[in-house]
Amino acid sequence: MTAKTLFAGALLLALTGTASAQTLTIATVNNGDMIRMQGLSDQFTEETGIELNWVVLEENTLRQNVTTDIATNGGQYDIMTIGTYEAPIWAKQGWLKPLDTLSADANYDVDDILPAIRGGLSLDGKLYAAPFYGESSFIMYRTDLMEKAGLTMPDAPTWEFIGEAARAMTDRANDINGICLRGKAGWGENMAFLTAMSNSFGARWFDENWQPQFNTPQWKETLDTYLSLMADAGPAGASSNGFNENLTLFQQGKCGMWIDATVAASFVTNPNDSTVADKVGFAQAPDTGLGKRGNWLWAWSLAIPASSQNAEAAEQFIGWATSKDYLATVAEAEGWANVPPGTRTSLYENPEYQAAAPFAAMTLASIDSADPTAPTVDPVPYTGVQFVAIPEFAGIGTNVGQLFSAALAGQMSADDALAQAQEATTRDMTRAGYIK
Amino acid sequence: MATKQTRALARTMMAPAVVVLFIWMIVPLVMTLWFSFQNYNLINPMMTGFAGWANYTYVIGDPSFTQALVNTLILVGGVLLITIVGGTFLALLLDQPIWGQGILRIIVISPFFVMPPVAALIWKNGFMHPGYGMLGHLWKFFGLQPVDWFNQYPLFSVIVIVAWQWLPFATLILLTALQSLSEEQREAAEMDGANAVNRFRYIILPHMARAITIVILIQTIFLLGIFAEIRVTTGGGPGYASTNIAFLVFRTGILSNDIGAGSAGGVVAVIIANVVAIFLMRAVGKNLDA
Repeated sequence: MTAKTLFAGALLLALTGTASAQTLTIATVNNGDMIRMQGLSDQFTEETGIELNWVVLEENTLRQNVTTDIATNGGQYDIMTIGTYEAPIWAKQGWLKPLDTLSADANYDVDDILPAIRGGLSLDGKLYAAPFYGESSFIMYRTDLMEKAGLTMPDAPTWEFIGEAARAMTDRANDINGICLRGKAGWGENMAFLTAMSNSFGARWFDENWQPQFNTPQWKETLDTYLSLMADAGPAGASSNGFNENLTLFQQGKCGMWIDATVAASFVTNPNDSTVADKVGFAQAPDTGLGKRGNWLWAWSLAIPASSQNAEAAEQFIGWATSKDYLATVAEAEGWANVPPGTRTSLYENPEYQAAAPFAAMTLASIDSADPTAPTVDPVPYTGVQFVAIPEFAGIGTNVGQLFSAALAGQMSADDALAQAQEATTRDMTRAGYIK
Repeated sequence: MATKQTRALARTMMAPAVVVLFIWMIVPLVMTLWFSFQNYNLINPMMTGFAGWANYTYVIGDPSFTQALVNTLILVGGVLLITIVGGTFLALLLDQPIWGQGILRIIVISPFFVMPPVAALIWKNGFMHPGYGMLGHLWKFFGLQPVDWFNQYPLFSVIVIVAWQWLPFATLILLTALQSLSEEQREAAEMDGANAVNRFRYIILPHMARAITIVILIQTIFLLGIFAEIRVTTGGGPGYASTNIAFLVFRTGILSNDIGAGSAGGVVAVIIANVVAIFLMRAVGKNLDA
């Protein structure tokens, strides 16, 4: 045998070798739970022989990246991490593969997924994305400061009480702000909070004819309440604060209350990261007695783009990462408090989880009370609690978010912000053909 | 000496590179022009077909368009002012015979080696953040309320960051010009009794005029498209307070997924850049003829 044939043989072997080992390319967000999944995924590769190629990105970059890829049929990824906003829109466009095999698998138990979350990821009764973790929003508050202020937090407070408590807890001399809320512009940043808040004031984005509603008294009341609350009891520079900034502030003991994602509960009660871990209480998002609370609903989920050549293996991986077994695996490695929350009924019935996570019951109550199909007091033509599930919303929401962020920064008045939001949204909705 | 053959050979060998570079430039430009007349939204496949001038009227009719245009000009003007005045001052200082001159010069030009997003991040979190930034701590040390730079003075903050990055470039070019000034001329002026101000005004400044022109021209071209610094720090806000034309194009095309309108914005930006460039060449480019 000559050296040449030997080389050719080796090359052939190498080529067939790579061809037989399947590789999935997965785009995901750099949140703690996903990073953990990445670490544990060697187990999946060992069990199945399927290799995984991770693309881990920051939230905004991930969104732009996967949106561009799927819209242009780029085919870079076999699995994409998407949210409840994208899932139904993309499914409608035919950009996602339905998770039929998984839904039919009794072992996977699709009925165990919380109904509100499952509904948000389905189209016409078919599941198009599997939730990795789900969240609503609620109030996290400092029990010690609340006591010092001589107040008791009810399980389901009103905005009036929150305003009173926030002002009473504020102690600027000691760098304690009564309340920390999102102010950074973006449809997934300040507008997620403000849209959810507006629902509880009876406001809505659009009426049934898709006419923007920023000129209504309900929006005015929402924005006025938010601005005066932040002026009296919010931290300095609040208009650049998003989820992460507020998390840091709360962990450093600089916030009396914080209304944000329920997933934050495990971070603020973790003594390794939080200086106030043993002094945190939880309550449902506030309301004004109109029947809707100011809490949202979201799930970071895994979906397969229609362009994937490895759909079968991809579904297998999604099954692994969102299964009950995966929760047990994380619990074994990191403790029950750190499992991805908010996706499965069985988790909330698990006494071990209930014991390890003091926020479990409040999380479940918040998720259950958010209804994406009827998010507002008055009827609306759209679904989604803290967003409007239409393709144009990402742009419109960010635009309006900029204006409200400017109002918070004191760059413009609430009335100007609302008037400009009304004008800009009307313009964009006309361009998109919703308004004739 | 180049023979006919070697010249022909050189041309043949260079041709592929030239063709590639040409395509590299022309293809995106033509595609931008093409898309600017199409209905094209990334996540709404229902939007298709010829759009006529609709994308252009949409972008130019944007309530923030005028502000973006004004912001662009303020940004360019502000940075030019700081870098040229500051650069001249620094060049004069660096021209003095001082100990450790070489090292000092390297330190002064070092900001130029920092990538724009990195520089912006350092300024945002390290210096200007009201809670964590050094300036915030300084203000608190003196018992003052920390300034929330990016929300209270967004455009000014961006100008400071960009000027910090471009100051070394201006300094370097101006220093080179200064060093080419003949020592005899200076000494002659000194002997004639001209004081420092007059020497600067009547000898040094005219001598540096060409270099200043070069700095203005080169910087303007880059400053018209400032993007990373805005994206990292203010995100164009609050409101549209720090949105320039480049960021408006990004917002329309990428954040709103409206490729058609974004492309139209891109074409408008190219036209504006060219108008400014022609204006500049006429106004200050005269210095280059002499």
